[in-house]
Amino acid sequence: MAYDKFNILKSSAVPLSIENVDTDQIIPARFLKATERVGFGDNLFRDWRYNPDNTPKPDFVLNNPTYSGKILVGGKNFGSGSSREHAAWAVYDYGFRAVVSSFFADIFKNNCLNIGVLPVQVSPEFLDKIFKAIAANPKTELEINLPAQTITLTTTGEQESFDISSYKKENMMNGFDDIDYLQNIKSEIQEFATQLPL
Amino acid sequence: MSKTLFDKVWDKHVVRKIEGGPDVLFIDRHLIHEVTSPVAFLGLKTRGIKVLYPERTFATADHNTPTINQHLPVADPLSANQLKALEANSKEYGISHWGLGHQKNGIVHVVGPEYGITQPGATIVCGDSHTSTHGAFGAIAFGIGTSEVEMVLSTQCIMQPKPKKMRITINGTLSKGVTPKDVALFIISKLTTSGATGYFVEYAGEVFEKMSMEGRMTVCNLSIEMGARGGMIAPDETTFNYIQGREFTPKGAAWDKAMEYWKTLKTDADAVFDKELAYNASEIEPMITYGTNPGMGIGISNQIPDAEQVEGGVETYEKSLNYMGFNEGDSMIGKPVDYVFVGSCTNGRIEDFRAFASVVKGRKKAENVTVWLVPGSHIVESQIKEEGILDILTEAGFTLRQPGCSACLAMNDDKIPAGKYAVSTSNRNFEGRQGPGSRTMLASPLVAAAAAVTGKVTDPRELIEELVG
Repeated sequence: MAYDKFNILKSSAVPLSIENVDTDQIIPARFLKATERVGFGDNLFRDWRYNPDNTPKPDFVLNNPTYSGKILVGGKNFGSGSSREHAAWAVYDYGFRAVVSSFFADIFKNNCLNIGVLPVQVSPEFLDKIFKAIAANPKTELEINLPAQTITLTTTGEQESFDISSYKKENMMNGFDDIDYLQNIKSEIQEFATQLPL
Repeated sequence: MSKTLFDKVWDKHVVRKIEGGPDVLFIDRHLIHEVTSPVAFLGLKTRGIKVLYPERTFATADHNTPTINQHLPVADPLSANQLKALEANSKEYGISHWGLGHQKNGIVHVVGPEYGITQPGATIVCGDSHTSTHGAFGAIAFGIGTSEVEMVLSTQCIMQPKPKKMRITINGTLSKGVTPKDVALFIISKLTTSGATGYFVEYAGEVFEKMSMEGRMTVCNLSIEMGARGGMIAPDETTFNYIQGREFTPKGAAWDKAMEYWKTLKTDADAVFDKELAYNASEIEPMITYGTNPGMGIGISNQIPDAEQVEGGVETYEKSLNYMGFNEGDSMIGKPVDYVFVGSCTNGRIEDFRAFASVVKGRKKAENVTVWLVPGSHIVESQIKEEGILDILTEAGFTLRQPGCSACLAMNDDKIPAGKYAVSTSNRNFEGRQGPGSRTMLASPLVAAAAAVTGKVTDPRELIEELVG
């Protein structure tokens, strides 16, 4: 599915310092019943965000108007658990284009890269600095430069570089996806398949 | 060059390697269900492309199906719509569809092995993280996202960087009352939920060699809960005996040829892993979780650790204990239980119901607990009846439901109410996993049975000893 190209993103960020945020929190299973990719952002962090009567929980960060931006900053081991791509869709549909953490669960990270959300893995120390900077000033901006593979705390100029494969980087910068690539090597795949029994 | 089991299977399936990027990996078998496939089919339609090898994909409905009155129309319109979409998409693209009511319907990771779709040396994917289950047969099996489901449908390939390799060896003999579920929960408690992220795990040693296929499936199933993409066990006689004669396994000369290859599927003696861990079976006792991720598990006779003793932030730990209504230092024995759930792709197989029945036999269901016993498939359901297990359950005051994922993720009506405690044989104790506000304690079928007859968290070894004595 097509997504917006990613180049340089400068934005304030929403902090969620809890560790081990699992995909059941990001999007609970009961909201996975759609047959189209629409409306998942409304249910992002549903049970942390809303009471059972659907009134917002005022102390949850997404309900706090002090914090906003296109970057979500999460605690260690973000996105663990279920393989539901709906979790990445919810993050994207809500309006985030990047998630920053000191560690990502494998499948969530992969799903993000496939749909145009950039996972940015930083050191635990840098993550701590980001949380502290946002706590001191919620308007603190982060600059994520995909071509240069850097993330900068604009208030202090502190910077770290992050890893991404050159293939995925090119995809993200151009809005390409893997299916386009695979479609183009279909004959090679069919040839390969002949030597594998069903 | 020496290779691990994982290397042998992975390398055989690499169509091409991309410089500075992932491998293009060919997928032998693809399993789909109603929840993570509709958007993938929509993608195919939007792009105007077909399913390349429909005979390599198998569809079953399981995630949101009801577990009672399956002969009636599904009442929830959204679930009904997803089930209809799976049926329609399967029909349109020529994919085998085992929908609700079909004799082969059941949990995707239970029916795959039962019908011999799961085979040694295969690459198997499904839009479900517990696809790791199939690694029990010496397959590379893992969960994928919906974009990748679309990739497999359209090209039978996905693009993945090759993971690092970890071997976990456990030698020795398991003590009485210690099941494969306890082995897995023990490993996850040591590694945490992120300890194996980036790795593919091979389980080795006497404990796994002696384990049944059902037990191996339980262990491999839970590999994802330590962050690993998957886990696998080298195929052996136990494996071959399990798969021979099943519907989709090779027959005659094809079987002999396959066996020749399958017997080579083991890690070479001098192959190197990126990480090696070893434990002894005697370290493991029946396990139970006390927190909100599967790494928060302890031996059932132990106390909940202090925040300082556990890895991770104090804030996260306290949030977790608050959610559960537990305190540091609490003993797990005697904790209240409102619901017991036996089922899921983790523990919904015949061996799990045999274990449950061994404890409840001659006892009565505790009045304060609601118990949901959900077989993983119609085959499991039939076995429960044929082996006389249903009689034992009925005598003890239990009823059997119909196959499906059920309260493991509570997409259907099988929801644990807010604030209530469940001892569950499933795989995740995340906040709200079994229903909004539900509080889950993960454990084995034996611990579940002990809770079901005593109405509280109870060490099953006490009950087993009584029976034996």
